[in-house]
Amino acid sequence: MTETAYNFAYLDEQTKRMIRRAILKGVAIPGYQVPFASREMPMPYGWGTGGVQVTAACLTPADTLKVIDQGADDTTNAVSIRKFFQRTAQVAVTEHTEEASLIQTRHRIPETPLAEGQILVYQVPIPEPLRFLEPRETETRKMHALEEYGLMHVKLYEDIAHNGEISTAYAYPVQVEGRYVMDPSPIPKFDNPRLESAAVQLFGAGREQRIYAIPPYTQVVSLDFEDYPFEASKADHPCDLCGCATSYLDEVIVDDAGGRMFVCSDTDFCSTRRAEGHRGRLSGEDLAEELA
Amino acid sequence: MYVAVKGGERAIDAAHDWLAEERRGDRAVAELGLDQIREQMSLAVNRVMAEGSLYDPDLAALAIKQARGDLIEAIFLIRAYRTTLPRIGASRAVDTGAMRCDRRISATFKDAPGGQVLGPTFDYTHRLLDFKLAADGELPEAPESAPSEAPMPRITEFLNKDGLIQDEAVSEAVPPDMTRQPMDYPANRALRLQALTRGDEGFVLGMAYSTQRGYGRNHPFVGELRIGAVEVEMEVPELGFEICIGEVTLTECETVNQFAGSKTEPPQFTRGYGLVFGQTERKAISMALVDRALRWQELGEDNLGAPAQDEEFVLAHADNIQASGFLEHIKLPHYVDFQSELELVRRMRAGATGAMREAAE
Repeated sequence: MTETAYNFAYLDEQTKRMIRRAILKGVAIPGYQVPFASREMPMPYGWGTGGVQVTAACLTPADTLKVIDQGADDTTNAVSIRKFFQRTAQVAVTEHTEEASLIQTRHRIPETPLAEGQILVYQVPIPEPLRFLEPRETETRKMHALEEYGLMHVKLYEDIAHNGEISTAYAYPVQVEGRYVMDPSPIPKFDNPRLESAAVQLFGAGREQRIYAIPPYTQVVSLDFEDYPFEASKADHPCDLCGCATSYLDEVIVDDAGGRMFVCSDTDFCSTRRAEGHRGRLSGEDLAEELA
Repeated sequence: MYVAVKGGERAIDAAHDWLAEERRGDRAVAELGLDQIREQMSLAVNRVMAEGSLYDPDLAALAIKQARGDLIEAIFLIRAYRTTLPRIGASRAVDTGAMRCDRRISATFKDAPGGQVLGPTFDYTHRLLDFKLAADGELPEAPESAPSEAPMPRITEFLNKDGLIQDEAVSEAVPPDMTRQPMDYPANRALRLQALTRGDEGFVLGMAYSTQRGYGRNHPFVGELRIGAVEVEMEVPELGFEICIGEVTLTECETVNQFAGSKTEPPQFTRGYGLVFGQTERKAISMALVDRALRWQELGEDNLGAPAQDEEFVLAHADNIQASGFLEHIKLPHYVDFQSELELVRRMRAGATGAMREAAE
């Protein structure tokens, strides 16, 4: 079959309409998980089929798409998804956060603050924040309906009792607009404060058949206690390439003698800063050349 | 020196080229034709059609070839393809009572109208490697006889005449379609059967086996197992009547299970049901056992806490495309999550070792 045999952005219009309805419902009830008839996609479940379906339903020919995985545009799965939409939708693509009208992400929120009109689509593995406390869907739906979130607070309390702090480092649960407790997908908790954004944030879980949303300027509170307030933590280093002291960092092993370096996980943010002349501990001129 | 992870696109393309080469194998060996796979690997083709939920032996053969014989990968290829196909309409329910049976056996009656027909079965073969197949594999012609024209009524219906087996509720309701609606728990029986018939053969087999070993035992007998071709009929709106649009081969299994009776029902037998594309009898029998185990509520039985009685557990984990996708996704990059855990563990260790040192001093 030729590529032109597929509809714009792969999915047929009826399917896109079904997904758009789920998205609209999600936007109308922030943080609520809307069931949708997820389709089998040509990439495996777990590779971002939910995000891909949401992106497919939102894309227009005028859009500019950016795809990141772990904050980076050049990780293999980000490359693969970007290529998929270049083939099936012929949309423009970019690596620059500001230029993108739609960004699909896995595990990160871009460092550069998003603006009104932008859409951020998250790939979600397990949309149910209560799943590991209660495996049954019939039960967790009831708990959400009754706003019965005591179990989650007990879990966080037990973390503190056992470990001295809340030992959830990513997929840190939030409460949206004072109502639904929501899983922000496995972003590091460092990213949680940026869930309050000017952009539309859409979450797609393909295998679990759920879509949810955070509309612009919606209140998103990371769950905590008065005496143990939420803290957005990161590695206590500046970026070794661009010198940024406030961005989220990846740790890279550089030799077999325990040597390591820290670099921005957001590759666009880091390279933009370097292009502006910022330098880190290890960014000699030869290195800058090699990376270019 | 820091080596940036660049060139992902080139790496992916090169990996695909290598994969294609590995699939082809030694070029000195003749390439496998789809007709060879379809004709000589037909049980693999059947499994791919059943779990791929698409009845097309040629496409299944193509998928098996493309997947290098990895049947779950082949099933995935078929699923991803079927989801793009337009829906023309729905057929009438097929009449398996009118099946042209290649095989039809009952374990509950020695003989029955229509007779026992063994058909092409492994059941009584001795599992000795046949080295003749390694040499040439030329077969002598099998003896033939005229097919039996006798009707083969369903065997459980004989029990039904005496009221000895529980009557199934008749319904004209349109069944839900799990490929077009999100899964919804509790699921009705039609939805459960859909999930089971496309469920992973190994998983459904394991669940069925667990009921036989006491985790929700339901005393099954194979009332009847039949394999053969049925006609698919569809009402075409332009014509205003039904026409036969083709044939599919199906395996149907009805189990007869014991039931002690409840407050409202006298003691009687109950049924489990399995229906699967192609000649797939291990799967159809397994499906019938699991179907029966999942009916405990409807039949007023006790919840024994057995895995096979647990609808959410069985249905949510039966699909091998969902399962293998989610399982294998953990090989995708998780640097960011791992980094946040790394920092957390370092921080907690620093706290713990500090406290230990203080305690020692």
